Amino acid sequence: MTAPFFKFGYFSEDIGLVLAIVIGIGFGFFLEQAGFGSGRKLAAQFYFTDMTVLKVMFTAIVTAMLGVFWLGVAGVLDLSLVYVSPTYLWPQIAGGLVLGAGFVIGGYCPGTSCVAVSTGKADALVYLGGILAGIFVFGELFPAIEEFYISSAYGTLTLPEVFHLPYGVVVFAVVVMAIGAFAAAEWGERKMAQKKENKT
Amino acid sequence: MATNAAVLESTRPKAAVHTASKATPQPYMNSYLAGIGLGLVLLAAFVIMGRGLGASGAFSTLVSSGVAAIAPEHAAGNPFYSEYVGDGTTSPFKDWLVFEVIGVFLGGFLSGTLSGRVKWMVEKGPSITTRKRFYFAFLGGGLMGFGAKLARGCTSGQALTGGALLGAGSWAFMMCVFAGAYAFAYLMRRQWQ
Repeated sequence: MTAPFFKFGYFSEDIGLVLAIVIGIGFGFFLEQAGFGSGRKLAAQFYFTDMTVLKVMFTAIVTAMLGVFWLGVAGVLDLSLVYVSPTYLWPQIAGGLVLGAGFVIGGYCPGTSCVAVSTGKADALVYLGGILAGIFVFGELFPAIEEFYISSAYGTLTLPEVFHLPYGVVVFAVVVMAIGAFAAAEWGERKMAQKKENKT
Repeated sequence: MATNAAVLESTRPKAAVHTASKATPQPYMNSYLAGIGLGLVLLAAFVIMGRGLGASGAFSTLVSSGVAAIAPEHAAGNPFYSEYVGDGTTSPFKDWLVFEVIGVFLGGFLSGTLSGRVKWMVEKGPSITTRKRFYFAFLGGGLMGFGAKLARGCTSGQALTGGALLGAGSWAFMMCVFAGAYAFAYLMRRQWQ
């Protein structure tokens, strides 16, 4: 086991910050290349006319998931040293619903709004202001909602643990699910394009 | 079909003249290729740092530091702010996510420049005014900021990162993001279509 490199002390925290910029550049580059600097393209996902969000997101998840799995199997990556966000079920369900509403109302999510701003979208700049305001409201309300915020805590719970299935089986299931979702997305896009054509 | 083609033909010369002076925007990358690229960046973060990507966390640092600068006692008495502000031994901006998000801005600009897509404009459908679009952008951003804090992460930190690591809460979150967005899509249709 030699990875994660930082956790094995191969470089200092300051070097880690430099690498953060490099990794961030890669992240921003592919977000923009995917078309996520455009609020209209992102929002089109929710009208079934352009399923790019689903396709890019699930391809990215599957790619990283397979990489982590096989590097773990090969004994290169120590998975126990990779930080998994702990599960707080109800706050995450509520947060997801609020965030989803914000996505279609505002047209972006935090990461995509950054690349939208850097490619000149004025509405994304306003959106970023909204994010700061939303976080401020959350901060001010925090003492009142802290009890809910820390409720339904399950620690670092993973899907293999939930379903009592081996890690590899869940990885395989996610791949199968993603392929099904891609097929459905391609079919849906064709249907919507036909519908649009018939209208005009 | 025939009328559609005719419309395209009539608008094409105009559009060509308009963009000829500037760089012509390149088409977006194939979605699956972009997804693989994004996935490899995420995998690199796991392998190099032992952590995934994020975005909203950097904005929490910004807000918390702002509150701490204006009202230090208020921020210190609030566990949400004080966690981001830290104990004062190091700058709160000396943070992995803050640097990563700076990179996201740079990477987006780099990609947009290379593909001729950097242009000052407002993203909206044809049937809504810019002012209204700005109201919705602010409201949506606000809900996004609040929701991301409640869920302990956004589409980057929870859906992408937690999704790839098969986190149970992250997957529940991801399903709810789509559910919330689809639930409000009909109300918002005039903004986008």
